Amino acid sequence: MRTLEMAVGTTLPELVIPLTPTMIISTALATRDFTPVHHDTEIARAQGSQDIFLNILTTMGLVERFVTDWAGPEALIRGINVKLGVPAYAGDTLTFSGAVAERDGDTCVVDVRGMVSLGPHATGTVRFTL
Amino acid sequence: MTGTQEAEGHERALRELADKIIAQGEGPRLLTPSPVDRTMIKHWAEAMGDANPRYQGPDAIAPPAMIQVWSMDGLKRGDRPRLPLDDMFEALDERGFTGVVATNCEHTYHRHLVPGEHLTSTTRMSDLSGLKKTALGDGYFVTWNVTWYAQDKPVAEMIFRLLKFRPREERCPSEERKPYPLRPAVNRDTAFFWEGARSGELRIQKCGDCGELRHPPGPVCPSCRSTERTYAVAAGTGTVYSYVVHHHPPVPGRETPFAVAVVELPEGVRIVGNVVDRAPAEVEIGMPVRVVFQAMDDELILPMWTPGSPDANA
Repeated sequence: MRTLEMAVGTTLPELVIPLTPTMIISTALATRDFTPVHHDTEIARAQGSQDIFLNILTTMGLVERFVTDWAGPEALIRGINVKLGVPAYAGDTLTFSGAVAERDGDTCVVDVRGMVSLGPHATGTVRFTL
Repeated sequence: MTGTQEAEGHERALRELADKIIAQGEGPRLLTPSPVDRTMIKHWAEAMGDANPRYQGPDAIAPPAMIQVWSMDGLKRGDRPRLPLDDMFEALDERGFTGVVATNCEHTYHRHLVPGEHLTSTTRMSDLSGLKKTALGDGYFVTWNVTWYAQDKPVAEMIFRLLKFRPREERCPSEERKPYPLRPAVNRDTAFFWEGARSGELRIQKCGDCGELRHPPGPVCPSCRSTERTYAVAAGTGTVYSYVVHHHPPVPGRETPFAVAVVELPEGVRIVGNVVDRAPAEVEIGMPVRVVFQAMDDELILPMWTPGSPDANA
């Protein structure tokens, strides 16, 4: 069992994810989301997007990864609550930052913010137990 | 028929349909297209770049955030039985609310899942908002809940909300990138605040000597008169201390009416900002709010306030 500072206010190490087309497409397919805007640039542009963009199931997965990368494999994720913001387009960079918001015994709540160049892509909380 | 009467007619018809669908409650429990599967977990973890050892090896568990993946139809979309929720979307489409953007996704996991488990799921619609004015256009927020079961016991839940909106008239690309007409005054005293907003932090000026927090920022500490200054990052929660609803005159770059609140932060200072995601008439003194950072154009990000505290959403 590793020791980790989890007091309220503790900040998590930043997670920087370059949003390559490979990343956008491989995660869309790994989440079984075949909607064309997540893998077909022409269709995405025709629908008014600037490029293909991350699907929501992946956003949820990356929010989870951001927290477990820091909290370690002992952490069991109990809930993820995300407010979705601007799209995370291919070619952009998604940067997660966060801090411990609540701590009650074995339960910990972390505030998470995922930013892209257009602004906040995902903001919310992750609850886990140790 | 005037525009207003037409809008009221839409609203009534949509509300009746929503009430009917909500009253139907949970639909049938359907087997998810995929059982919890070791190879899918491996592909998912690889694509996500997630090296968590719990998702590997003979004792692997499924990443909790994968829950919705087990329900995805894949390339055979359209094969699934029609849900009552589809009637809601169709009714919104018919009335011109064809745009769609997801706004909230909330997962609760009652226990972790392991490869080989078969899941069923049910869907029920839980809410249709009133007609809202949003940055994308007028629209309705639709909320539904999904519950996943394994051997008749609920194992996970999801609340999903999206906005169905009436797209605005097409604008030419040069117009879309037009800078927001109202710019904040940025100077050496306030630059830290706006830089914070750009990186998603609500920063409050702090005296470098006595440590007192103050807002709005200024050059001298009103308590100890020190000119040393730094800042603290606020939790981003607060309550509406007071507010006004602006109806008139028109404000460049804004649609009236809108609510502007004085928000009291738990850190002890008050800050002025717009309240979003709630009709101005529904804003109340004492209402818990949470900061959100809204991109006004390519450069400017303004902190604004949305209903709810982390507690209420947890």
